[in-house]
Amino acid sequence: MSTIYIDNKQYNVKEGKNLLEACLGLGIDLPYFCWHPALGSVGACRQCAVKVFKDENDTRGRLVMSCMENIKDGLHLSVADKTAKAFRSQVIEWLMTNHPHDCPVCDEGGSCHLQDMTVMTGHDYRRFHYKKRTYTNQYLGPLIHHEMNRCIQCYRCVRYYHDYAGGKDLNVFSAHNHVYFGREKDGVLESPFSGNLVEVCPTGVFTDKTLREHYTRKWDLTTAPSVCNHCSVGCNTIAGERYGQLRCITNRFNSEVNGYFLCDRGRFGYEFVNSANRITQPIIRNRAVEAVDEVVVMDHLKQLMNNHTVIGIGSARASVESNAALMQLVGKENFYQGISDSLRFIQKRIVEVMQSGKVQPASLQDIQQADAILVLGEDIWNTAPVMALAVRQGVMKTAAHHVLENRELPGWHDAAVRELVQQEKGFLANCTIAASPLDELSSSTVHLAPDDLARLGFAIAGRLHTSVPVVQLDSNTQNQAAIIAAALQQAKRPVIISGAGCYNEALIRAAFDIAVALNTPEHEVRLAYVMPECNSMGLAMTQSAGFENAVLRTTREENITAIVLENDLYRNVPAHIADLFFNSVQHCIVFDSLNNATTQNADVLVPAATFAEGDGTLVNYEGRAQRFYQVYMPANKNIRESWKWLQKMEEIRTAQTAEQVYHPEDLLVMCERLMPQFAGIAGAVPHHDFRINGQALPRAPHRYSGRTAILANLAVSEPKPKQDNDSPFTFTMEGYSGMPPSPLIPFFWRPGWNSIQAVNKYQQEPGGALRNEQAGTLLFEYKRDGEAVYFKDIPEAFMVRKDKWLLFPQYHVFGSEELSAYSKGVGELSPEPYLAISSRDADQLGLVDGSLVTIKVFEQAYELPVATNMLIPNGVALMPAGLQGMPAMNWNAWVQVMSVKL
Amino acid sequence: MISHLRTMWLVFIHLFKKKETIEYPEEKVQLRPRYRGRIVLTKDPDGGERCVGCYLCAVACPVDCIALQATEDENGRRYPDFFRINFSRCIFCGYCEEACPTYAIQLIPDFEMAEYNRQNLVFEKEDLLIDSQGKYPGYNFYRVAGLDAGVKKTGEGENEEPPVDVHSLLP
Repeated sequence: MSTIYIDNKQYNVKEGKNLLEACLGLGIDLPYFCWHPALGSVGACRQCAVKVFKDENDTRGRLVMSCMENIKDGLHLSVADKTAKAFRSQVIEWLMTNHPHDCPVCDEGGSCHLQDMTVMTGHDYRRFHYKKRTYTNQYLGPLIHHEMNRCIQCYRCVRYYHDYAGGKDLNVFSAHNHVYFGREKDGVLESPFSGNLVEVCPTGVFTDKTLREHYTRKWDLTTAPSVCNHCSVGCNTIAGERYGQLRCITNRFNSEVNGYFLCDRGRFGYEFVNSANRITQPIIRNRAVEAVDEVVVMDHLKQLMNNHTVIGIGSARASVESNAALMQLVGKENFYQGISDSLRFIQKRIVEVMQSGKVQPASLQDIQQADAILVLGEDIWNTAPVMALAVRQGVMKTAAHHVLENRELPGWHDAAVRELVQQEKGFLANCTIAASPLDELSSSTVHLAPDDLARLGFAIAGRLHTSVPVVQLDSNTQNQAAIIAAALQQAKRPVIISGAGCYNEALIRAAFDIAVALNTPEHEVRLAYVMPECNSMGLAMTQSAGFENAVLRTTREENITAIVLENDLYRNVPAHIADLFFNSVQHCIVFDSLNNATTQNADVLVPAATFAEGDGTLVNYEGRAQRFYQVYMPANKNIRESWKWLQKMEEIRTAQTAEQVYHPEDLLVMCERLMPQFAGIAGAVPHHDFRINGQALPRAPHRYSGRTAILANLAVSEPKPKQDNDSPFTFTMEGYSGMPPSPLIPFFWRPGWNSIQAVNKYQQEPGGALRNEQAGTLLFEYKRDGEAVYFKDIPEAFMVRKDKWLLFPQYHVFGSEELSAYSKGVGELSPEPYLAISSRDADQLGLVDGSLVTIKVFEQAYELPVATNMLIPNGVALMPAGLQGMPAMNWNAWVQVMSVKL
Repeated sequence: MISHLRTMWLVFIHLFKKKETIEYPEEKVQLRPRYRGRIVLTKDPDGGERCVGCYLCAVACPVDCIALQATEDENGRRYPDFFRINFSRCIFCGYCEEACPTYAIQLIPDFEMAEYNRQNLVFEKEDLLIDSQGKYPGYNFYRVAGLDAGVKKTGEGENEEPPVDVHSLLP
C-alpha cells in the first residue's frame, strides 16, 4: 500500500498500478480513451492528464498523463487543477473538430464513451469553423458495421483486435491526421472475436449490425443477467429486449469466467429467439384442429401419461431445472440423456474425473494466469472460442512476465512491454487432429489421430511420473513428449485442456494422468474438459443412461410414452436410431422452442421458452452452476419454461394441486434431493424473494421511455406491469437503484457513465473482480490430500487402413452450434459441407481441392467436395459438425471415401 | 383591514375594464407562433421525413408518452417504423421538441384536439406527419450529418472535406 495525495486529500492505494487506475478505483471521475483495463496503457490519447507536484510545497506542478505514471509513495497530484482541467477539455475539443454530427443516427449514442467523456470534461460548443475530415467506410461482414468518420484515433480497436485477440486483418493505415482503421480491402472480419470491437471502440466506428436491424438505445432495453448458451464455457451476458423481441447481447463482466470479452457466436447468435421458426402453440398431431390451448393439451397429456410407462429424454441445452423437473416426473430410472452412448461414455468419464477431486478445474481466469498450457485433442478455437482467447492471454502474459523479471517496468505499460517481448511466447502445446489458429502461438504443435494424441498424452504423463507405463512412440513424437513434459514440469501454474470433441475417451484419461502427475506442492495444476453444449456438464452429472438404452427399451416394451425435452435427437444420434425410437414409442411428447426434425415426429408438441423468456441454471465445463434470468415475459402465454410445463404435468399425474407455486430454487432443492452430486446448486444465487431495502431490482434503467405509449395502440389505459414471481427482478424501472449484488446486475450504468465502461464502478479496482463477486457455484470439490491414481490403459496406436478413413468432426465457430445457426449473420458465415483429408491421401486417390467424393455413413451416401490439408494425419477424414441440414454422423468410425467419376 | 378594502376596490374597478373573455368557439383564440400545442412530425426541404428515429424525444418525455421504432431504408437512411404519441398523457411541455436534433418533432399553435373517446387521442405516425417544414425551413439533417444515407455522399456535406485517400502519405 502506498499513500498518495489527490487534491490534498490522503488516500491509500495499491502499488504497481498507474495513477489513472488508482483514481478510477477511488471513484474519482477521470476521462480516458486509449486505456482499457484489459489492454493496458499507451498514453496515446492525452485525455487523462493530471497535475503532479514535486512535494507538498510545490504549487506549480507539471502535467502528466495519469495512465503512464506509476504510483509512488507520498505522491501529490491534482485532478481538479485548473490547468489539467483545461487541458483535458481542449483535448476533447480537438477530437471533436472532426467528429461528425451523427449522434442521432449513431448506434453508439446513449452508451457512448466519447459522449460521456465530452460531458465529463465540459466541452459543449464548437469553436472550430473549418471543414471536417471524412473517410470511406468498408464492408466488414454481416456482424459489424463500419463508420470511420466517427473515429477519434485512440487505437483501441487495433490494440484489441491485433494485439489482444491475434486477428490479422484489421490494422491502421495511412498517416498524420488521417490514419484509417480497417481492413486492407472490404471483407468479412476473420477473427471470431470481432464483436468485441463494438464494446472496445469508445465511439461508433464499429457497431453491432444485428442490433441495427431492430435498433434500440441502451436506455430503452429491458435487460437481465444471462448466461450464454452457445457453448460450454458459460460466459456471462446481458440480454436486452424491447417490444417483445430480443434485441442484443452484451458482455457482463465477471473476473472468473469471461472477463471483458465474448465470442461472436455468443454475441450475435441470439436471433434464434426472434426466429419465424419458433413453436408458438401447443399442437396435438393427427386431429382436425391441431393447434390447441393449454386446457386441451393438458387433458390430452393426462391421457398419454395414465396407463403408460412414461420415459424422459433429457437435454444438454435445457436448464438443470428443466432436466430435474423431467426426472421428477418420470422417475430417476426412466430418465435418459438425449445424447449418443459414445458421447455419454466420454462425458461420464469426465464427470468421474472431476468428481474425484484430484485436480482443480481450470476457470478461464486460471487459464489466463497459466504459465504453461497443454491442449490435448480439443479444437478449442471452435468449440470454446473464449477459452482459446484466454489461452492466448496466458501465452502472452507469460512472455510479458518473463521480460519483466528484474526490470523496473510495470506490467500495464503495454507498448513498452510489447517492445520488450517481441516474438517471445509463453509455453503452449497445441495437440489436435487438424490445424488451428492457435498453432501460431504454440511452442509445440502436434497433429495426430486422437488415439495417437492420447498415447502422446500418456507418454508425457509417463515422463512426469513413473506410475504411468511407458508408451512406444516414433522418435519425433517422443521428442515432442519430452519437450512438453519438461515445460510442464518447469511451470508453476500449468493448465491441461482436453474435451469431448474428438469422441475419444483415452484423451480424457491421458489429460487426467498428466494433471495428476503434475499435482505436486510445487505446481498449481488445473484441468479443463470442454463439453459440447451449454449444459452438457449438468446433464452428464445426472449419470443417467444414454439414448440408445431408451431406444432399446422402447423396442422391447409396449405402451411407452416418451417426453423429449428441448433436444433435436437427429443432431445427437444417427437418423436410423432416432427413426427407430419414434416408430417404437406409442406417444411422443416434445418440448422445444424451435421446429426441427424431432418436433416433426412429435405427437404432442409443447412450446418451450428460450433462455431469454425463462429462468434456469446452466452448469459450465468446470462444473460452475450459473443462473440466467428471464429477460421478458413473452406476450404469447403458451411460451413458458419447460420446467413449468413439466411441473404442471406432475400436478396432473399425481392429481394434486401443489400447495405452493414452484420457483426455480425449489426445483434446485428438489434436484439436490434427487441427485446428491448437485449439492450446493440451490444456494448458487439469491432467491426469488430477495429484496434490498424491501425493493426488487429493476430490469429497465430509470430513463426507460414510452411506458404510456408502447401499448396505447391496443388500449389507451395502461395495463398493470407484468409480475415476476421467479426472480428478484421487476419488469419496470421501479425498484432499487443502487448497486445490485454481482450475479444480479441487469445492466452497467452509473451517473456520468452510460457506456459499458461503467463496469469500472462495479469493480473492486479497475480490471479486478466485481464487488462481492459470486461467479456461480462450483459443483466439483477439490480434495487436496487424496492419493494419486492413474489410468494405465493405453490405447493402441492408430493404423491407417486401406481405402478406409476414420471420420472425425471439424467444428466451426459459426455453424456447428444448433441455436446460433438460426441467426442471420451467423448462418451466413457458416461453411458449406466438405470432407477434409490429408494431402497425401488425396494424391493417392487422385483428388484435388474441390473434387467430389462420396462417403457412406450408415448406408447413406453423401456427395461432398474435398478439402485437402497438409496437416491432417493420414487415414483421418474430417467433416464439419452440426451444420444445419446435415444429420448426425458416426464420429470416430471408419468410413469409405470414393471419388465421384465425372 | 386596509388590505381587505384595497382588494375589494381592485376587484370592483375591474367591472369597468375591457372584457377579456372571448366567445370561443365562434371566435378563435389568437395563438403565438411559438405556442406549444399539438405535436407534429415535419418533413425536410426535399420532402423526406425529418425524423431519424433517434429516441431522444421519447427519453426526454417526462410522461413517457412517445414510443417509436427506428428502421432504415436501403440507403441507410433512418426513419421511424412506427411513431406513437399518447396525447391523453401528453402535458405539452415541449421537451421533445427541444430534444429533437433534426427539427422533426414540433409543437404547433393548435390545441383543439378534444375527443369523447380517449382512445382517439393515440396518434400514430400517419396522424402526426405533416407535409411541411414547420417552423424551421431549409434544414436537412442528412446534409450536415457525416453519414451517407442517400441524401449526399460522404465528403459532400456542407462542412466536409472530400474523403481521405488512405493510400496517400502526403500531409
